[in-house]
Amino acid sequence: MALFHDRNTPMIDRYRWWEVIAIYAGIFVFLFFLLAPFIEGFLVSLKPLAELFSTPYSFWPENGSFTAYVTMWERVPGFAWYVFNSFLISTVSTLIVLLLVVPAAYAFARFDFRGMGLVLGGFLAVSMFSGAVLLIPLFRLMRSLGMLNTYWAMIIPGAAFLIPSAIWLLRTYMMRIPNELNEAAWTDGASQFYTFRRVVLPIASPGIIVVAIVTFIGAYSQQFIFALTFNSKTEYMPLPIGLYAFFGKQDVVWNELMAAAFVGIAPAMVIIFFLQRYLVGGLTAGAVK
Amino acid sequence: MTSSRAAWIFAWTLLAPAILYVLVIVAWPLVETFRLSFTDASLRKVTNYVGTANYEKIFNETFLGVIWRTFTWTFFSVALKMIIGTFGAVLLNAAVPGRHLFRILTMPPWIVPMAIGIFMWGWMYNGQFGMISGLLQRFGLTDGPVAFLAYGETAYWATIVTDVWIGVPMVTIYFLAAIQAIPKDLYEAAWADGASRWTRFRRITLPLMMPAVITMSMLSLIATFNSFDIIWILTQGGPSGSTTTMIIDTYHTAIGSKKYGEGAARAVVICIFLSLFCLAYFRVTRKLQNLGGKE
Repeated sequence: MALFHDRNTPMIDRYRWWEVIAIYAGIFVFLFFLLAPFIEGFLVSLKPLAELFSTPYSFWPENGSFTAYVTMWERVPGFAWYVFNSFLISTVSTLIVLLLVVPAAYAFARFDFRGMGLVLGGFLAVSMFSGAVLLIPLFRLMRSLGMLNTYWAMIIPGAAFLIPSAIWLLRTYMMRIPNELNEAAWTDGASQFYTFRRVVLPIASPGIIVVAIVTFIGAYSQQFIFALTFNSKTEYMPLPIGLYAFFGKQDVVWNELMAAAFVGIAPAMVIIFFLQRYLVGGLTAGAVK
Repeated sequence: MTSSRAAWIFAWTLLAPAILYVLVIVAWPLVETFRLSFTDASLRKVTNYVGTANYEKIFNETFLGVIWRTFTWTFFSVALKMIIGTFGAVLLNAAVPGRHLFRILTMPPWIVPMAIGIFMWGWMYNGQFGMISGLLQRFGLTDGPVAFLAYGETAYWATIVTDVWIGVPMVTIYFLAAIQAIPKDLYEAAWADGASRWTRFRRITLPLMMPAVITMSMLSLIATFNSFDIIWILTQGGPSGSTTTMIIDTYHTAIGSKKYGEGAARAVVICIFLSLFCLAYFRVTRKLQNLGGKE
């Protein structure tokens, strides 16, 4: 199978023809499992309802059209708001997380005072408890602060659970900044805070951007339980909850629901496409150790 | 000396906001859950301490059944994630054209809002019109339509499959990173000695990716144990409790029936299990680091 080989392909990476077929077949099965719901969801969004609710099942739409993408806006009147709310909640959560995490990650990366190891372990332990377990006190806390049915009820608890991996990721990044820079600034008479703001932050900004992206994606993809439990106002609902209300109805208009889902996830897809290089490194580093 | 004191103050000042935030939103609720579990807290204004009454009430056969179900559900889900993740990582590591595109294509289930992916599964599991039942019928594998979410047994497996689907991309990408960190000269030496591709996989790849598999299965265990969205959206714990895990059970008690005290007692039991997993995780990662299996 000389097809994929040129003189630069190392001998060890050369496959026999049946190996190439086996690899592609395996990848096909693997990707089919991961992408089938999206393929099916997309085809459903193209099918008229009458065709959807007919047997026997047909995979390809016979009279496919994008009608559902137009009618969906009437069926889900709050749709644009849901998308806006999702973005607003994720953006504010990301800002809160960055404000807390950037200084903390720097402290963990640069200083090693007694007790800091314990605190770092404590942060890691936080990520082990989900919001679902702590829902009762959080619900009572939000109620007594008068935050139920506001954006804050979805932002404040959610942000706490995004902190641990963000600290971990940024700390790893900041540990790579050479300490000589701090020492040089120190000799020049710069204060600790000045050094942090004017020397460290600019150098760490690529790392901060990665953490911001990863945190935003986390905030965007995990909006469910707090929004389900702490908010009942339609105008504040993020996309998943807005569509969930629609999903729960007796006769689900599946083609429009799928069309709405696709319009709603389009921004996330665009982000993956442009930022996938950062994402692969960022998301995995967040989970390491 | 003054400078080190100033550094100490500076370091803790930087840490203080994050520590405070987590104390209020996570640590305090944890303590409060424990306290509430000894009360009869509900929507009523008055709350009384009731000793261990909540615990005595919940420890019955149904609850033990829920615990057992949570463990088996978690076990099957994590095991499948690890197996499929290894399979995927090895395939994506193969030096074939298109591999960069394939790596991007694994990510959607992970990046897309979880709830939306779950809606799509909800349709696929539909008995009369869904894809899975439709294809099974077309290939003659079942006689009639299969409404996966309507029967206990199938709903149990359907929720596991969806959980695996959401978890696999991260596991795969993580394992792929672990495989790529294995020194290339090991493979070259083995290849020069005439080791087949399968031998190289069994004797080099598999043992050297083991630390990553262990770390990931611990992390995945904790995440899966906490899984809420999938079951809630697909079945809400039904039909007749066949997908009720501890998290779902707690949610029904606390938020559904507004029995905060009893719900808190159920949450405390979850916390005990999570703490044990957490301790095991720290111990295992430390051991791996001591072995030199860092990262």
